[in-house]
Amino acid sequence: MVHIAGDNVISSLGFTTSENIDRLIKGVCGIKLSDDKKISQVTVPVSLVDSNRLESEFGKILPDRQYTRLEKISLLSIKDALSGTGIDGSDKRTGIIFSTTKGNIDLLDRELASQYKEQRIHLWSAAKEIRNYLGNPNEPIIVSNACISGSLAIVVGQRLLKSGKYDHIIITGADIVSEFVISGFQSFQALSEEPCRPFDRDRSGISIGEGAGTIILTSDPDIEKRGGKIAVLGGGSSNDANHISGPSRTGDGLYFAINTALKESDLKGEEINYISAHGTGTEYNDEMEARAISWASLEDKPVNSFKGYIGHTLGAAGVIESVFSIESLKRDLLFSSMGFENPGVSKELNIIKSNTIAPLKHCLKLASGFGGCNAAVVYSKA
Amino acid sequence: MDSCFITKSCSIFGKEVLVDGSSVYSVDHATGFGEFIKAVYKHFGIRFPKFYKMDSLSKLAFITSELLLNGIDIKHRFKPEEIGIVLVNSSSTLEIDERHYRTIEDKSNYFPSPALFVYTLPNIMVGEIAIRNKIMGENITFVAEKYDPELLVEYVNLLMANGKIKGCICGWVEYDRTGIRYESYMYLVEKKDFTNRNVKFEASFLEKQYRDMKVYNYGTINQ
Repeated sequence: MVHIAGDNVISSLGFTTSENIDRLIKGVCGIKLSDDKKISQVTVPVSLVDSNRLESEFGKILPDRQYTRLEKISLLSIKDALSGTGIDGSDKRTGIIFSTTKGNIDLLDRELASQYKEQRIHLWSAAKEIRNYLGNPNEPIIVSNACISGSLAIVVGQRLLKSGKYDHIIITGADIVSEFVISGFQSFQALSEEPCRPFDRDRSGISIGEGAGTIILTSDPDIEKRGGKIAVLGGGSSNDANHISGPSRTGDGLYFAINTALKESDLKGEEINYISAHGTGTEYNDEMEARAISWASLEDKPVNSFKGYIGHTLGAAGVIESVFSIESLKRDLLFSSMGFENPGVSKELNIIKSNTIAPLKHCLKLASGFGGCNAAVVYSKA
Repeated sequence: MDSCFITKSCSIFGKEVLVDGSSVYSVDHATGFGEFIKAVYKHFGIRFPKFYKMDSLSKLAFITSELLLNGIDIKHRFKPEEIGIVLVNSSSTLEIDERHYRTIEDKSNYFPSPALFVYTLPNIMVGEIAIRNKIMGENITFVAEKYDPELLVEYVNLLMANGKIKGCICGWVEYDRTGIRYESYMYLVEKKDFTNRNVKFEASFLEKQYRDMKVYNYGTINQ
């Protein structure tokens, strides 16, 4: 069995999992209007990690080497997630998976880039910084698979642990807010003018966020006994084979991924207690997801999207939202789907309108992205 | 674990296309990647107008996959969800990233385009191959500093052993930041050896083939 030994989230809502969860409980939205011209030429709602806090937290751990913003949030996230797990990040039986869409993309700026070696913009170079920080001998595995990167990285990690390649795996997802990404989504006219409203009738697009999330997976039975309350039971990925920048109209691809994940978990759909959706707040994504959920006969299951709180954190999203979902399981607490008021998809879903206590055992996490990719993961209380 | 088999391979190094290790097309005169890949497209009579809209990385992946699957009726052999795609590269999409960045760098000449931006994700090449061949199974894009088939072999074997897929298009597709260096090496991996050539899906074999092709093409491995 593969269990979760530790985790962390760094987002606009805080620098630890518990700080983030406190804000979720209080219903705080981390998406704020920004007029920073380095991010966008027009005012845009984004979810940003507090830069002052980042510098002061980072100053405490490694003041004598220069790291990029992406690397800083990643390293802080890993350090916090590892603490108290008893897992040695430098052990050869500990693997590293790094999930990101754009990595150190801010280094396209020549002035900023001049402070680093030219190779630093490569995803593998950022991953090496993490490896070197940990003193780990293994080549880091890098998953760069659009918006499903984080969820897929967890699926890959679970598979590699089950095969016995490692005893533990550190999975970190991270992406930063940059003009590169904002301008791209603006060109698609996919950005919402207000904080995104997943599944709502009046939704008008996504909000971009930044952050890092870490999940430490282990197959060590002793660590399971100590604190591994949550297991990763199964997962799967699929492709719509339909369009590179738009999801399937029918939800068939995501439906396949859900089926694979349930089958591997040896669960029936009816045993799922809660669905943590991708829920970006775009017209097409939310509609496609509703159809896939309905097709899998899961439309009565409580469902939410965390993107109304912290936006779409791209390569970090799958990891961060998985940590939030795991906390839901641990606390038997369903979080309100922020931004949702009125049903706005063609299938009737059971969207969570307010924080609710409910006995939870099995959670299904979904993700979909550009390139037609989909992923599904099942988390369960041991 | 039963070994899987490489039933076909296709690679593009420099100005040469190889299928199962043998040269099937090459261009002598000096041309850039754009002209070269268009010449390959035309030479093999490929018909897929969307090819012209793709970025260079996707063009390289797409053409390699077309010649890999040429003459193989994968739709007959596998259900859509029984075949996967696993690709690895080093530079992600840096070449097109830089092109997108140039459209936003000068604020007085600001023109980001969705047609460019969508290609700033390395898994788009997987999406293009999936769309063309109606492939809906497990798919992933890894990034690694250098060509190293070990993770790929390990991961694809896991997918095969778990029964998640019965066939997989996998390999290496690299297009560097400058657009000067590019190479692809893709293989079709199957549980059943339809070819009876018994080419086992092993990292050591894939490493040697890659080195040989590279040395043959450039005269050195360090290119």
